[in-house]
Amino acid sequence: MRLATREALTGFRKSPLLSVLGIVTIAFSLFAFGLFALVALNIRSALRTVEERVEIRAFVADGTSPEAIATAMGDIGSFPEVLRVTYVSPEEALVRAKRELREFSDVFESGFLPGSMDIRLRPGFRDPTTVKAVAERASTYEFVDDVRYGQEWVEKLYRLRTLATFAGLALGAAFALVAVIIIGATIRTAVLARSREIAIMRLVGATDGFVRMPFLIDGFVKGVLGGLLALAMTWFASETISRHMIRTEFFDARIAALGVLAGALIGLLGSLFSVGRHLKEV
Amino acid sequence: MIRFQGVGKEYPRTGIALSHITFHVRKGEFAFLTGPSGSGKSTILKLAYMEEKPSHGDVRVSGLSARGASRREIAKLRRKLGIVFQDFRLLEDRSAEANVAFALEVTDTPKAAIQPKVHRVLAQVGLASKATSFPRELSGGEQQRVAIARALVNDPFVLIADEPTGNLDDRATRGIFQLLRDINATGTAVLMATHDLDLVRRTDHRVIELNHGRIVYDSAEAPADAPAGPIQGDTE
Ligand SMILES: Nc1ncnc2c1ncn2[C@@H]1O[C@H](COP(=O)(O)OP(=O)(O)O)[C@@H](O)[C@H]1O
Ligand SMILES: [Mg+2]
Repeated sequence: MRLATREALTGFRKSPLLSVLGIVTIAFSLFAFGLFALVALNIRSALRTVEERVEIRAFVADGTSPEAIATAMGDIGSFPEVLRVTYVSPEEALVRAKRELREFSDVFESGFLPGSMDIRLRPGFRDPTTVKAVAERASTYEFVDDVRYGQEWVEKLYRLRTLATFAGLALGAAFALVAVIIIGATIRTAVLARSREIAIMRLVGATDGFVRMPFLIDGFVKGVLGGLLALAMTWFASETISRHMIRTEFFDARIAALGVLAGALIGLLGSLFSVGRHLKEV
Repeated sequence: MIRFQGVGKEYPRTGIALSHITFHVRKGEFAFLTGPSGSGKSTILKLAYMEEKPSHGDVRVSGLSARGASRREIAKLRRKLGIVFQDFRLLEDRSAEANVAFALEVTDTPKAAIQPKVHRVLAQVGLASKATSFPRELSGGEQQRVAIARALVNDPFVLIADEPTGNLDDRATRGIFQLLRDINATGTAVLMATHDLDLVRRTDHRVIELNHGRIVYDSAEAPADAPAGPIQGDTE
């Protein structure tokens, strides 16, 4: 194993340019993936905050009797998904609207503010489907004019997250493919540069596995280096965004380690594909 | 040991290199393979160390049949063979002892066992004093001794030599040849390809002569009182 490691390092010495190129391509592959993963991750935590605030507002028609409202609130309060229901009178609504006029601006601008039953859901029941289901049930009361919740916003975020995930996967996969090809080329160069040694190894009875080992270690080491580089680049990007734009969350240690492992896998794949083919030529 | 049974070999582009080759090299035997250039000597040796597979017939070496031998089995077989060539095939960037040690390092030999073995074989080939020399600092004969030391270090049961004296002057040739005979005297079989007829005539070892990919003479098959056969004839 020590011998194999030493032999692996000669790969770097014999073709430093191609080696660096291989590492950088792996890094870019994972960086592309990492950036989009970062976007997806931050959208997810944004979603969580949004979900925490999710409230369904069932606007009550003017002149509805307090008894009817109380009965309805009792019903709704007993739904298993519902945490609590509060009544907001037209007067309170006006005060609140002045504070957060953005989201309900059209209602505000209409000049009349209706009272509403504000429904808060239990944690775990704040996904778009459940929200929608509860909202629909609330709208079945005759005196409920309109039901609103952050529907569009939540759904948009969900869609954005899916998009970020797929874009990251596609771009990352494209770079990974290029990385595999470049690593393959460096391994090919290394194999040819050492064809004499390999021929002698064969002659004295080294097994294929033994002959292959240094090249696999070579690819693995390049992959790990590429992975670490990608991690550094992604972290730097995340820090820059945090400092100049919005606060972002970074991967936890487990995901970061997984990223480096993915690099190792790309490097290993590149050398595996190449070494099997070229060892037969020498 | 080494047994060829009805072996034929065809190469993709050049066609038939060997046909109807049958012979058996026994334990501890010394056998010459002679014949003009292109007659198939190297091909027979490649079949013996399973670098090539026979197109017809079978080659069995130490119980392993070339038909269906896995790459792993072939690797394991080669640890029990010593192979040397005309061009030595040493690694230029390593000392003599490192070249010999290489054969042990790549075949899972425990590290502690390597040094003593290397020194023993270097002494055996008469190069104990040049262990740290690099190939370029050694004469052709000395380089071939390093190659032979490397071939011997795994205690092979047979030494396969393809024109081992082909690049050497007369003096070095005699030295290497004597070394091979000494090695044979310790019980290691030797199968040596050569077109140096002087060398062959000087001894009474077995001679297998090839021409156009066929065995035209085998001293082990010839009657005891037969003349020395085509050896005196028109090789080359
Ligand atoms: N790798 C090869 N590919 C194609 N033809 C070969 C190869 N090796 C040898 N030959 C052919 O096989 C024949 C025997 O060659 P070889 O065994 O090298 O003879 P020798 O060692 O007696 O000179 C020659 O005609 C040669 O051209
Ligand atoms: Mg030859």
